[in-house]
Amino acid sequence: MVSGFLLECFKKGTPAPFLSAGLKVTKSELIEELAKKQPHLELRDVELAVKCILEQMSNALASGERIEVRGFGSFSLHYRPPRMGRNPKTGDSVALSSKYVPHFKPGKELRTRVNESREKYKIVD
Amino acid sequence: MALTKADFAERLFDELGLNKREAKEMVELFFEEIKNSLESGEQVKISGFGKFELRDKNSRPGRNPKTGEEIPITARRVVTFRSGQKLKARVEAYAGTE
Repeated sequence: MVSGFLLECFKKGTPAPFLSAGLKVTKSELIEELAKKQPHLELRDVELAVKCILEQMSNALASGERIEVRGFGSFSLHYRPPRMGRNPKTGDSVALSSKYVPHFKPGKELRTRVNESREKYKIVD
Repeated sequence: MALTKADFAERLFDELGLNKREAKEMVELFFEEIKNSLESGEQVKISGFGKFELRDKNSRPGRNPKTGEEIPITARRVVTFRSGQKLKARVEAYAGTE
């Protein structure tokens, strides 16, 4: 069954935003690919495993812990000092307190592989 | 103390009952798969966590910070990470101990 919106997009020849999502790799595609490479595991288990890994990563960062994966990269927190911000609607200044933001530093292998393949592949987005 | 691949595998063993070899392989493949995608120009979006994006940088003049000598920085492709709303909010709430 095709929804009205999809049909509209199709008629106008404009890509529906979530149809073009296939070009970017998403969590579910990652799970599918991992399941293909581990045929001895149930899809459900691969899904749980991916969620488990991501949850650990989020939990670690939320409690200020670093993540270090050789060849891939490391995640850490960067400190942002307090500053005066503005409400873009009213123009009023608001005091913003200090905070931490997640930071990713790609590892050497990832950096090299991505850079060396740049002539071969265009960036898909 | 940083979280490593061994910690991820340990948790998969404890919580999901994968055997040690399967758990280790899963963790390896997980990161390898993301690397593969990025290597072939595909950006990776993981909802709730963040996006690994690719950017092509033009060459630009640079300097050796020690000697002050001018050396061009070659054109390159780099990976950047943008954290998702959910992760951002969780990290922001971290008060910090250092």
